[in-house]
Amino acid sequence: MLKTDSIQVESVRKDFPALHRDMNGHPLAYLDNAATTQKPLAVIDRLDRFYRHEYATVHRGVYLISQQATSECDQVREKCRMLLNAKSSDEIIFTRGTTDAINLVAAAYGRKFLKTGDEIIISGLEHHANIVPWQRLCEEKGTKLKVIPVNDRGELLLDEYQKLLNGKTRIVAVTHMSNALGTINPVKKIVDMARSAAGAVILIDGAQGVVHEKVDVRALDCDFYCFSGHKLYGPTGVGVLYGKMSLLEAMDPYQTGGEMIETVTFEKSTFAKPPLKFEAGTPAIAEIIGLGPAIDYVQNLGLENIAAYERELLVCATEKLMQLGGITITGTAREKAAVVSFTMADVHPHDIGTILDQFGIAVRTGQHCAQPIMDRFHLPATARASFAFYNTREEIDRLAAALLKVREVMT
Amino acid sequence: MIPVPEPKLKSLYQEVILDHNKKPRNFKEIPNSSLYSHGVNPLCGDNYHLYINLDTDGRVSDIGFLGNGCAISKSSASMMTTMVKGMTRAEAGELVRHFLDMMTKYPMPAEDKSKTGRLAIFEGVREFPVRVKCATLIWHALKDALNDAAKQDDRTGGVKHESRQ
Repeated sequence: MLKTDSIQVESVRKDFPALHRDMNGHPLAYLDNAATTQKPLAVIDRLDRFYRHEYATVHRGVYLISQQATSECDQVREKCRMLLNAKSSDEIIFTRGTTDAINLVAAAYGRKFLKTGDEIIISGLEHHANIVPWQRLCEEKGTKLKVIPVNDRGELLLDEYQKLLNGKTRIVAVTHMSNALGTINPVKKIVDMARSAAGAVILIDGAQGVVHEKVDVRALDCDFYCFSGHKLYGPTGVGVLYGKMSLLEAMDPYQTGGEMIETVTFEKSTFAKPPLKFEAGTPAIAEIIGLGPAIDYVQNLGLENIAAYERELLVCATEKLMQLGGITITGTAREKAAVVSFTMADVHPHDIGTILDQFGIAVRTGQHCAQPIMDRFHLPATARASFAFYNTREEIDRLAAALLKVREVMT
Repeated sequence: MIPVPEPKLKSLYQEVILDHNKKPRNFKEIPNSSLYSHGVNPLCGDNYHLYINLDTDGRVSDIGFLGNGCAISKSSASMMTTMVKGMTRAEAGELVRHFLDMMTKYPMPAEDKSKTGRLAIFEGVREFPVRVKCATLIWHALKDALNDAAKQDDRTGGVKHESRQ
């Protein structure tokens, strides 16, 4: 390990118990971080302590432990506000995850404000979660879905994007970072360009982006930004939707039920103000509380330090894989995070994945829930190694060595 | 140096399997085939088209498949075509049943394995539960095609069927 590393990886790894297990008789090399991340002790302990000693519902109890749980959730909402630099913590809505957040906007904003002939712009790099909700909305409302094309490096063609923007554009929904290829999109520029098309609201899918780059929703001036807790080293089942207050107020509720109402009679109900307006039912209390220490953890490490270290891993992995020969890396964007999507001549990605698994190496194989970008590159599937700040150069060496074995086994 | 988990991998990627993967047999489209089905695994993208022609006695006179997938799915498809050619629909249906039972039943029924002949080499796939669906994909497609044939005996022309698992 170089002294210049911005992350002291050996010390960081001690905080993640799951990294110290074996898989198929080898130390686990967990390289599927774009799918989900392992959890630090601080998160695991927080969940344990909450369930063991502090568990109660939120918002409705007059008793002490319910008030305390409510206050804990409020504090995490404030942490999320700070993470994204939102103006008010009332603009932070807890969802089940990024998918839920996008569906919320499609339903609560899209259904209310879109009409036949309007247009929605997404990009060729999107995860299915940022495609299908818009498709469904288009079917329902007679809206048109337009797609920003992608070049051979896996970068968005902004000139083409400019041509798609017009007075009918109502929503622009683009990913901050591609889960399949690692491309980091110029989201500030994308937002600025959309502002020229009057009336368009802009949603940024930050499921990957929030983990790899400091986000400032006010500087960015997007209308919505969403992410998932579990990709940010936090619990599953919790995510965040940031929305500008004026929009959240204008939107319809998403789901209805308890918690999100003001008054209910059999004739009529009125709804709570944001964020509770969008949080029907008992929320994922423990998961929300567990998200707090996850945010603290990455902020203590420093998002800049994480990004710098992961960039080193990306360079190292790219070099090592290219040296092997016979490997094609798809996605060579100039702005790219630590995701290496690759194929091997004459070996299908599933076979790569199964053989790597036998060497204790966890990678994703398949379409990465992003079939259109796979089709764009005429690939039925790829193998994908995606790195986090707790991965090491030694794990990259093991990946390279195991890929040589893949070729040996398969030929 | 990494210790090598050869035996388990060798039992999965046997030479016959690798050979069928590299040189799949009957890897062709049959235009206007009397039976057709499409096997897709949307999770991993494995995707095969299956074409079957039946002669007047109801025997498989020609069979072909085209598509994309891993070594296990492709070799399973290739070997399936070589075995099914010349069989009656009933015989093919029996083979489907024995193969699917061999791959998915716990414990593995010895009788089914013995009835699958050369396909018994796919037994090693059982050690890799997530790959069982690779080995069985084309067999589900074959089952669909045969079911369609049974349902639509009195019709003529190609039968289109989408199979998903």
